[in-house]
Parts: sequence; C-alpha cells; structure tokens
Amino acid sequence: MRRLEPAAIAGVMSREVANFRTYWKGTTFSSVLEPIVYLLAFGLGLGATLVDEVEGVPYIQFVGTGMVATAVIFSSALPAMFGTFVKHRFQNTYEAILAAPVDIEELVTAEMLWIALRSGIYGCVPLLVTFAFGLAPAWGMLLVPFFCFVTALGFAGFGITMAATVDKIDQFNYVTALCITPLFLVAGTFFPISGLPQGVQLVAQINPLHQLVELVRGGAFGFEAVDIARFAFLVAVALLTWRIAISRMGARLID
Amino acid sequence: MAAIELSGVVKHFGPIAAVDGLDLEVPEGICLGLLGPNGAGKSTTMRLLTGQAIPDSGELRVLGHELPGDSKAARLEMGVVPQLDNLDVDVTVEDNLAVYARLYRVKDVGAAVDRCLDLARLRDRRRDAVDELSGGMRRRLLLARGLVHEPRLVLLDEPTVGLDPQIRTELWTLIGELKSRGTTILMSTHYIEEAERLADEVAVMTHGRVISRGRPADLIAEHAGRQTAEVYAPPQRLAELRASAEQQGLRVRPAGPAIAIVGSERAENGVIPEDAVVRAATLEDVFVLLTGEAAE
Repeated sequence: MRRLEPAAIAGVMSREVANFRTYWKGTTFSSVLEPIVYLLAFGLGLGATLVDEVEGVPYIQFVGTGMVATAVIFSSALPAMFGTFVKHRFQNTYEAILAAPVDIEELVTAEMLWIALRSGIYGCVPLLVTFAFGLAPAWGMLLVPFFCFVTALGFAGFGITMAATVDKIDQFNYVTALCITPLFLVAGTFFPISGLPQGVQLVAQINPLHQLVELVRGGAFGFEAVDIARFAFLVAVALLTWRIAISRMGARLID
Repeated sequence: MAAIELSGVVKHFGPIAAVDGLDLEVPEGICLGLLGPNGAGKSTTMRLLTGQAIPDSGELRVLGHELPGDSKAARLEMGVVPQLDNLDVDVTVEDNLAVYARLYRVKDVGAAVDRCLDLARLRDRRRDAVDELSGGMRRRLLLARGLVHEPRLVLLDEPTVGLDPQIRTELWTLIGELKSRGTTILMSTHYIEEAERLADEVAVMTHGRVISRGRPADLIAEHAGRQTAEVYAPPQRLAELRASAEQQGLRVRPAGPAIAIVGSERAENGVIPEDAVVRAATLEDVFVLLTGEAAE
C-alpha cells in the first residue's frame, strides 16, 4: 500500500469531526469571546487612553488584525499539545487507529490538517470582530484563512512534537512559558516590534506568528513584496515541523 | 497457508526480552488461545502483529504479508480488539463504528455499521453516546468495531479482562459466533476458562516463548494426567503431604489454602488423604505446572 493515502487521512479526520460535533459549541464560544475581550481591553482601553494610532492605523484595528495570530496559536499549538498527549496517553486512541491500515505519517498528517483547518476558520474571528470597530474590508483579507491555515500547520506540528516528547502533561507548563508565551508577546500583536531592542527584533523575524501578523496586516492594509518571503517562511516551518512530528510520534508510538 | 507465522522472533525492551525466540504458527480457521501469566509476552506479540512493535530479529508473516514492511496491507485484512476500551466516549455508537469503517476502507459504511450494530445488539442505542452505555454494551461495541470490515483474522487481546461473569459470557457467545463463521482468531488471555471454552488449540507462553501447545484436552492429558487431588490441612501437614507426593514423582502445586496433587490417580500408599477433594485435571493445573507458581 502506498504512503499518505487520502482514504487513511480522511478516516482519521472523520474521527476528529465526529468528536468535534460533541464540543464545537464551547470551542466556538471561547474563540469568539476571547478576541472581543482582548479587543475591548487593549483596543478600547489602551486606544482610548494611551495610544491613538500605530503605523498610521487606529490602534484597535492594529490590535484586531494582530489578534488573528493569537487566535491561531491558541487554537493550534495548544490543542495539538494537549489533544495529542491525551489521545496517546490516556485514551489509547492512537493504538486503535494504528491497528487499522493507517501509518504514523498519515496519522500525523491528518491531525495537523484537522487542527489547521479549524484554526484557519477560528483565526478569522478577530478580523470579523474588528469590522465592528471600523476596519474596512479589503480583497487581500480573503487570503487570511489560507495564511492562518499554513501557520497553524506549523504550530500543530510543533504541538504534536512536544506531545511526543514530554513524559508528563504538566511539563507542558515549560513549553508554554518558554515557547508559546514569548512567541505570542513578540509577534507584533499589541505593539510594533520596531520598538524592541535590535536583538529581539531579529528573533522576532523567525517567529512564525510575527510573519502571520504582518501578512494579515498586508491583507488588510496592503501587501508588500517581502510578504512572499514571509509566506514561504511559514510554508517551510510547516514542512519542517511536519517531518519532525512524524519522527517523534514514530519514536513514541512504535516500540 | 497459515494466517500467522512467527519464526525466531525476538523483541527486547532495554535489557528485558519481552519476546525471546518466539515460534508460532496459526493455521487459517482456528481459534488459538495464547495463554500465559502477566509479563509472558502476549501483549508484545499482539503489538508485533499490528506493526506497533518492530522485532529485533526473526520473521513475521501475517496473511501472507511480511512484517513490518507490509504491515499496513496485513492490517487491512485483520481486526483487532484491544485489551483496553479505547472507544470515543462522547461520540455516538454509530459514529464510533463509521469512523473505523472508513479507516478500514469499507465501501458501504452504512451497511457495515448496521451489521455491527446487530452483532453488538445495539441497534436501538445507535444514536447514544458511548458514555451512556453499560460496561457490557461497551465491550460488545469494542468487539463489533474490530469486525467492522469483516476481517479474515481477528486478534483478541485479553478480550474479557476485568469483566464480570455475565458480560464475559456474553462476549464468549459473540466470539463463538465468530469462530463458527470460520474467522481465524488469535486470542491472548490469562483466563484459563476462557481458553478452555473458546480455543481449538492453546499455546502456553512464558518468558517470551511458547513452551507447550496443543488441544486443551491433549495438554491436560500430557501434563496433568486424569485427576487432581486438592488437600486442605494445616501448613505443617500440607508440607508433609507435599514431600510424600513428590517422593512418588507426583507434581504438586499450591491452590490457595490447599495443595493440588496433580496426576493423583498414580499416587500410592495413602499419599492422598481420604478427605481430599478429587476432581478431573484441568488446564489450570497445566498452566501453573508449566508457567511456575510465583506471580510476576
């Protein structure tokens, strides 16, 4: 049988869909509410008191477009980490799936695709909410779900890799504190990274979230030529984490 | 052609040899019980057969497919019923079955789901979440899920472990129906009664290899004779009786507060006390004699 069979990938994804139907309301509620709360707190709070505009854009719109990246990382890296760990360690789900004609490559691919699809949709919610705060629709915004999808693939691969690496679920605290939070903070969501020290600015350039923020703002306020490189970087991250996740999951699931 | 052929299979976990030179052949159409104590290597053998463990050495062939290279093709024709319940508990009964029908590339998913619902006698619970089912229903569903693609070979890994007698009997009935349809079954178990009732042949496994194999009645005749005498007495008296029996070449094993003198029909000179409980020898006698007395 050949590698990466669509039927195997679709089968694994159908399991995710069946499960998602049981919890979509809660996930959707939090995915919609969170950006609204952030926008109200930062956009209206800071925007009304301290910051009026950033880079010529009203602050609430600056934050709203940046929040897309926040929604993507929280709807991809975290479910990939915790979901994968729980399915492997507590539910023995992967043992059942791998007893069927599905290999590790197909399993990881399906999990990443599913997480990225969801994230591609949830990632757009902050953008939609920001319309209510005066953001003007633009044709470039139609690419935002696609940008979110590709970025989420990378974070899903990262999360699955972490799940296949840690021994105990509380070790995710280290991952969150050392990786997720810094990535989230130096993405340029709440403030432009140009104000950060030079070294941090360089680090921010290899932060996929920052590249996504810039692409989303490109979609909203106008693309630049460098955005092609940004997108290529996100594709490369997705491919790299995909292969690493497959390797780590293979080591974890196959004795 | 044998459904399963293992030859000289070795699998280590660190310094521990979980499977240590295992030779095993399962002809098509029989139910083979893989009987052994905890740690005998049964579950590792099952994982080797599903490609979830890679052997250090040896040859594995399942339904004509070489493992681990051709494991995926073998799994397409093989059903697995795991020891642990890994159903999706929030998902409906029918969706649990439909997902696995798709994973096994079943063409008519709806028909396969209906057939499995009938098999598990859960047609009227099809839209209920698994969480709402009783323990017995969940086990029936787990078994039906492993049969959703009508496999030629079924691996049952401790299918009734931890279940109460009623549920166990229900599952035995279902496994019996499967046997009657000619499906090849490899069933690991450490329940003697389960092996006696369901298996055409039993392979006794310990320390990662098969140490004896045959029909249950033949194994009993070969290793335990016709009768076993169980003697209940104070520990000092039991020790004396044990010594006397062993002097006559009889084999003795502990049986809770008693000792069981196996092959007691051959005993002489009053070694068997008059108040001993004499019963027919069982597969349990064989199992304990072959695999040792101490629990691992």
